[in-house]
Amino acid sequence: MDSELPALLVLGPPMVFKLFQSHYSHKYRFLNAFSSHLPLPEFLQTQQTHPSSVRAILCNPRQPVTADVIRSLPSLGIVATTTVGADHIDTAECRRRGIQVVTLGSQFAPDVADMAVALLIDVMFKISAGDRFAKKSIHFKPWSFPSGSKLGGKRVGIIGLGRIGGEVAKRLEAFDCIIMYHSRNKNPSVSYTFYSNVVDLASNSDVLILCCPLTEQTKYIVNKEVMLALGKGGIIVNVGRGALIDEKELVQCLMKGEIRGAGLDVFENEPNVPKELFSLDNVVLSPHAGAITLDCFMDACEHVAKSFDAFFSS
Amino acid sequence: MAEEEKVELQQLKHENQDLPQVLVLGSPTCLQTLKQLYSHKFRFLIPNTSLDSLYPLTAPLSSISAVICSASFSITAPVLRLLPSLRLVVTTSAGTDHIDLNECGCRGIQVAGAGKLFSDEVADMAVGLLIDVMRRVSAADRFVRTICEAATWDFPLGYKISGKRIGIVGLGSIGMEVAKRLECFGCTILYHSKHKKSAVSYPFYNSVIDLAATSNALVLCCALNEETRHIVNREVMLALGKEGFIVNVGRGSLIDEKQLVKFLMDGEIGGAALDVFEDEPNVPKELLSMDNVVLTPHCAAFTSECIIKLCELVAGNIEASLSDKPLITQVKW
Repeated sequence: MDSELPALLVLGPPMVFKLFQSHYSHKYRFLNAFSSHLPLPEFLQTQQTHPSSVRAILCNPRQPVTADVIRSLPSLGIVATTTVGADHIDTAECRRRGIQVVTLGSQFAPDVADMAVALLIDVMFKISAGDRFAKKSIHFKPWSFPSGSKLGGKRVGIIGLGRIGGEVAKRLEAFDCIIMYHSRNKNPSVSYTFYSNVVDLASNSDVLILCCPLTEQTKYIVNKEVMLALGKGGIIVNVGRGALIDEKELVQCLMKGEIRGAGLDVFENEPNVPKELFSLDNVVLSPHAGAITLDCFMDACEHVAKSFDAFFSS
Repeated sequence: MAEEEKVELQQLKHENQDLPQVLVLGSPTCLQTLKQLYSHKFRFLIPNTSLDSLYPLTAPLSSISAVICSASFSITAPVLRLLPSLRLVVTTSAGTDHIDLNECGCRGIQVAGAGKLFSDEVADMAVGLLIDVMRRVSAADRFVRTICEAATWDFPLGYKISGKRIGIVGLGSIGMEVAKRLECFGCTILYHSKHKKSAVSYPFYNSVIDLAATSNALVLCCALNEETRHIVNREVMLALGKEGFIVNVGRGSLIDEKQLVKFLMDGEIGGAALDVFEDEPNVPKELLSMDNVVLTPHCAAFTSECIIKLCELVAGNIEASLSDKPLITQVKW
């Protein structure tokens, strides 16, 4: 009975996997490659599975789907990732082989935008630092904690005005922020000020929020020059990808006070986070939790399951 | 009180001793800035230790006509009896629950507060606290700082904000600013206030229990007075439920704190984010280790921009009183 179910090779594993497995164990034979240190062909042997019977992969950035992986699976037809980005999948190789790549759409843009705003307010008002302070101090002098700043009147430079950037802008307008942006192209349907140059955007902003995908052009889009242009009063929020920022430089700037603070949901080498950040109060660290809610997880599972259904029934 | 415990008032040395005297009580946080900006206009009299009562003061209080106080100094009837010439009390807080407004009214003493000065800041903070407790932002920050290297990030799921029903208790200027912000997150706004507000379209609930029963979270933005003390009590918290959240940026005593602690410990409510406490600066120690609780040391209103604006407002109210003009932010009783 089991062997009649289509095999699903699971790499990563995706955070939603426990949930996915509990809802869909009647539909797939899970090959949990993430739990093995063996190279893929040997792992498949231990599962009594020939590589040519693996047609589908479920993955996430923890375990990249490289050209090698793809080449070792001659019947591979679909790769689904539970992320919006696909930079951990060799999409060029997939195109060559005619393999369908399924990513999550922009349905979680509001949740990621919520996280971006939360990180910004946290850094501005020092909420997490205050939480640490209050939980250590037992007796604090009221109103003696270092003061924060309100959002109203702050100039917010959004890098990447896509779905997520748009949701961030909408929220921050309600806080009376002034919205400006940098994107690959100017968007004629918005009235926010456009900057074709990120350094210029940074010079004119109090806050930079990174909402763009990671590509060759956007790697280290926030570099030392941008951070210095942002200045000592500036705050950076990153809900895109860690490598959008030159992380080593960011750490230096934060430690030296070259920028005021940062709210980071993503890191260059997750799950590793530069240890120097752990003792800083002007930084808020989030474990890539932009879309970590039960609703998001359920939606992600359904989206992936639908894609597999369509694939296996065609 | 023993003789040696009597306390002198500091008087700032000043060339012009004819400046109007202003007694400063409760060590307001803005005092340094106030002195820097306005020592040429007022003679600030400051007890040289922090007091919570006027009794040890030795300087003649009979000529004092204006008092500046922080929210940590109670202006009670006995205090007012020691200040027979008092005409004006200016508090550096938006809240006035520490002032016996009735007694001031009977004595013809005007009271001025911070008015709407802090509304934006407190609203920003309230939204930040709400997202923090629902999305577990501070707990996640702690998690990242303390996990071992290369551990996987299996972090407990938070709650989506969009689509949630947020019950605002007190739709004054802070409550309205909170509502305006949360609408853009896709939240549904509901409220309870002393009276229904005809100019707003949000659904009104006469009973806080009914509001709690239909809300995913309550945000407390109202003033503390006799009617609102423990407005969030056992019944309200049970109605809110095991997945409900409470944010308090008003005053600690709006919530029955003992009951809140018990419910948090028993999992009867989902979590709480608190900027204020019943007995500041004391925080119930059971809360210190809870991951579904966010605590901030009553700092919502204190931003650097606010402090300067507050000093200007305080000085403006005193000058208005001295020249018999209407106060800028008079508190009516």
